[in-house]
Amino acid sequence: MLTVIEKLSILADAAKYDASCASSGTAKRHSVGKSGLGSTEGMGICHAYTPDGRCISLLKVLLTNFCIFDCRYCINRSSSNVKRARFTPAELVKLTLDFYKRNYIEGLFLSSGIIQSPDYTMEQLVEVARSLRQDHGFRGYIHLKTIAEADPALIQKAGLYADRLSVNIELPTEKGLKAYAPEKTGQTIRKAMGDVKQGIVAQKEARRGRLLKKAAVPKFVPGGQSTQMIVGADQANDIDIITTSTKLYKGYQLRRVYYSAYSPIPDASSDLPPIRPPLLREHRLYQADWMFRFYGFSPMEIGASTSKGMLDLDIDPKLSWALKHREWFPVDVNKADQTQLLRVPGLGPLSVKRILSARRVTTLRLQDIGKMTLSLKKILPFIETLDWSPGGLTDMENLRARFTPAPQQMSLFA
Amino acid sequence: MKIIQLSSETDFEGWRQVAKLLWYHHISPQNVMWRGPSTAQGLFDQAEDIRWRGKITSRASLTVPRQFIALAKRAICHQDENRFDKLYQLFWRLQKSPRLLENASDRDVSWLLACDKAIRRDVHKMHAFVRFRKVGEDQAGREQFAAWFEPTHYIVGLATPFFRRRFPNMDWVIVTPYQTAIWNGEDLTFGPGGQKSDIPKNDAIEDQWRTYFSSIFNPARLKVKAMTSEMPKKYWHNLPEADLIPSLIATAQDRELKMQTDAVTTPHPLAAHLKAKQKAVS
Repeated sequence: MLTVIEKLSILADAAKYDASCASSGTAKRHSVGKSGLGSTEGMGICHAYTPDGRCISLLKVLLTNFCIFDCRYCINRSSSNVKRARFTPAELVKLTLDFYKRNYIEGLFLSSGIIQSPDYTMEQLVEVARSLRQDHGFRGYIHLKTIAEADPALIQKAGLYADRLSVNIELPTEKGLKAYAPEKTGQTIRKAMGDVKQGIVAQKEARRGRLLKKAAVPKFVPGGQSTQMIVGADQANDIDIITTSTKLYKGYQLRRVYYSAYSPIPDASSDLPPIRPPLLREHRLYQADWMFRFYGFSPMEIGASTSKGMLDLDIDPKLSWALKHREWFPVDVNKADQTQLLRVPGLGPLSVKRILSARRVTTLRLQDIGKMTLSLKKILPFIETLDWSPGGLTDMENLRARFTPAPQQMSLFA
Repeated sequence: MKIIQLSSETDFEGWRQVAKLLWYHHISPQNVMWRGPSTAQGLFDQAEDIRWRGKITSRASLTVPRQFIALAKRAICHQDENRFDKLYQLFWRLQKSPRLLENASDRDVSWLLACDKAIRRDVHKMHAFVRFRKVGEDQAGREQFAAWFEPTHYIVGLATPFFRRRFPNMDWVIVTPYQTAIWNGEDLTFGPGGQKSDIPKNDAIEDQWRTYFSSIFNPARLKVKAMTSEMPKKYWHNLPEADLIPSLIATAQDRELKMQTDAVTTPHPLAAHLKAKQKAVS
């Protein structure tokens, strides 16, 4: 019989390949004047950081790492020889409450290997969430994994307790899934996403259709649904990944798509590359993701500035786009509209907001812009101010070289 | 030169009242010095008796944008010794140019915005890094917790209502060097500061938490700077998990290498068994 600590070390280790740890953007709740405990206030909180630079916001564990599937990239695949363990729902409930009361976490992110059947597994996950909410009045954040092929009725039930549901697409192409996750298909994963979306849509309609404004409609996954794609395990390129993301954002109203650099796992399968995780590539994909979600770029535009389907690793994708579209620049910060300003490399939504506000009361000089952005050097070739014009700099042939890291000296002893 | 002594480090109401009086008496920022309880005193400084205020005769309107009040309430919690003076300077200028705050490139405004950002961050970090230890339970079984925390700015008053909203059904105290916050189920009150030794030395759950912290770390993704920029070392000595960090960093490379070079093992027989079973079904 394993102790709770032994189980925790196995089942947290097995959960760390899921990138999501978000606890933000759900309904606001507090416990004043009620029994129980917990609150959510919109902003997520990272309670600790591990030396991989990732935040700990939630207790991220598996119910069990026993699994009847044999997905090649997964540490829990049935053919792996890793140690196995299983929590009881009661153990998980206690662990979550104990951690929460000490202010270690914002809540629970519970996933699981598939045991017996998808329905049985999903029932177990739902039971943990139900007990936290109903038996203990827990108002912290709960993220549950949607198990593909589980009964839609169970998914509807999960959505009433959870702030977020997610099912991971894992590989961006059907070909990749076939090769590396033989028991999974894009179709069943998308079906599970569709079930969640349906719940979200139904809840919105119920809100709209109620007779009294005060009538309460039960909340269904107020933190939305998300998914994850593994980067670098199969042959898919960045365009494949971005295309799949765009489809998922549109088709299933996803709140987030996470990109997770394929990382070597203990007792790895022989048909996967023993590589260092492609962290920079993962970072560029997140930047591209932000470009089409917050900066008004279309995925087509991002695709057009890749080479052989891959984003430039040396410079960020927004700068890469700007270098290929010099005709857009320089942009006059005293006249340009929001859309134009957002396309300037080095200006984010906050600096743009500040520029638009400041120029109502003053005419901006370079020095003023310097106070509103972190990277004046980066934006110089792309803007005009009252006292600055880049002249020939914008169209300079080797402009890219100003932004790329200096070439590294070859080691004499390599 | 008028010298104004405020009663606490975050005495916003006191600051606001005196600021109004000073303005009515046309006393410009250059002619006032503000002090909090901990401001170093000059040898011959004599704080102004606030009774000089007398009667206000001017009926000129005195307004500031609502946004300024919200910003100033936070900025007054900053450890900057000159914060009261700088706030009065802004208050003074706002009377002549009411739209001053829209210009983020102005020197005083950018100071205010930077203060606001620093305070928000400090509050956020307090919400994140307070670690409660269980003290016990009262006769009715109500749990009691205590924590020691060292904020950078004077933010206990700003940051602790959060814990009331989250944990109203347990008793807790948060002790800091300059102020202690106490929640007893009915009122959130503030007392003088204390020491780390005022709270329990350990908690039975900390071993589980430390196990979790080590296990969720992925050695193949080592990125120390990304960690320290969000969890600066100044917080580490009060975090029960932080002393694990050096050894996690030191062993990361070897652990990663081992995962890559370990010989591939024979697939667990369960996989073949499951596959056969699945084939039989379909």
